[in-house]
Amino acid sequence: MKVRIPTPLRSYTAQVSVVEAEGATIAEVFAHLDAQFPGIRFRVVDEQDRIRQHMKVWINEDPVRDIAMAVAPTDEVTIMQALSGG
Amino acid sequence: MASNGNGPTLLIGTRKGLWQVRSNADRSNWTVDGPQYLGHIFSHVVQDPRDRRSILAAVSTGHLGPTMLRSEDGGQTWKEASAPPAFAKGDRLERSLTRAFWLTPGHPSEPGVWYVGGTPQALFRTEDGGDTWAPVTGWNDHPMWETWCEWPEQQTPDGSMLHSVTIDPRDPSHMYVGLSGGGVFETTDGTDWHPFNKNVSAAFFPGADPYPEYGQDPHCMRIHPANPDRLYQQNHCGIYRIDRPSDEWVRIGDNMPREVGDIGFPVELHPRDPDTVWVFPMDGTDVWPRTSPDGRPAVYKTSDAGETWTRQDNGLPERGWYTVKRQAMTTDANDPVGVYFGTTSGELWASTNEGEEWTCITQHLPEIFSVEVAEPA
Repeated sequence: MKVRIPTPLRSYTAQVSVVEAEGATIAEVFAHLDAQFPGIRFRVVDEQDRIRQHMKVWINEDPVRDIAMAVAPTDEVTIMQALSGG
Repeated sequence: MASNGNGPTLLIGTRKGLWQVRSNADRSNWTVDGPQYLGHIFSHVVQDPRDRRSILAAVSTGHLGPTMLRSEDGGQTWKEASAPPAFAKGDRLERSLTRAFWLTPGHPSEPGVWYVGGTPQALFRTEDGGDTWAPVTGWNDHPMWETWCEWPEQQTPDGSMLHSVTIDPRDPSHMYVGLSGGGVFETTDGTDWHPFNKNVSAAFFPGADPYPEYGQDPHCMRIHPANPDRLYQQNHCGIYRIDRPSDEWVRIGDNMPREVGDIGFPVELHPRDPDTVWVFPMDGTDVWPRTSPDGRPAVYKTSDAGETWTRQDNGLPERGWYTVKRQAMTTDANDPVGVYFGTTSGELWASTNEGEEWTCITQHLPEIFSVEVAEPA
């Protein structure tokens, strides 16, 4: 499936904005992303498998609350960050 | 990256990136290089004094999780740690590290060992120069950890942090840490920790005892390399010294001028003289503006272990409204000693004669969190 990478994480993807990843759940997608782009997962998902407070993940137009959520190969995953202040 | 000469380099960690300020041999000329990693928060950037080549940087952004950068070439190129500091998955309290805050190189007998303290108030250790990190379970899982750290309260707006990881140069298993807030704690074996706050005020507590066993708010603590029985502490409630084996801190800040007081963040040591210390007092009245008292920036120096203090403001502005944070002041190893500080307003100040005169090296940087010296290799 396609995964949209926000600018703060593109240092991991050689500045590529949309990458391919596999997995039946968001957790598996992040595992595959981390295998391709080492270190990217921990910036978004903490050590207790929680999506970090100021990061957002979407499956198509649905927000992801739990990385156990299922995802299909035809879905599009979007990672976003919540910038605030200066 | 261009080198200016064989003087010290200042590693400037800011709210929006890393700068390196290089000097020639007599420290008369400074070259400002940067930014590297523009926009990233550099909480602390520290050279490994054991090889004078490796540098670690505790880094985050406002949204991404914390991580660690490593340089093996004096800060020219950087590589992210393959296993940054983190709690174990399935941690008993489901903790996650939100900030790596304070870096300390390990004992000289343990090359490759570093410690980092963070938010929440946990301690992590690497044995491979910062590539892979593991929790220090003797501290993080101590039976009193939740009590000492008031878990899960986050006491301050930026979150409580563990800082001032301090290693006895005679014994790598003899360590101290500081909790803001929570106090100072000591171990001699890495597992059996105990509070180490006797005679340190915690006047902000509502209880009747202003000197509780723990709960104090140390801001910065240093052990003297030439006399490891002596430690200094700049606390939320004063400046203190201790000479072991005594376990009672002495409030040497009582000898500061009353109109200045003895509140501040950093306390910095002379590398050879255990009696000489510098502090940067701040305003702890009213809502705690934490700028210099009366807006008149000054360093204060003692050369007699805190018996007397001398104001050092030659070259500093008559008025200035900034704060110097706990990692944002340091000294070099030269003779005379160089003293340096960075401000929340992005100014970097230097004195190459132990504080007698001050020169602004650069300004208009982002808010400075950390100033550390990298000595030439």
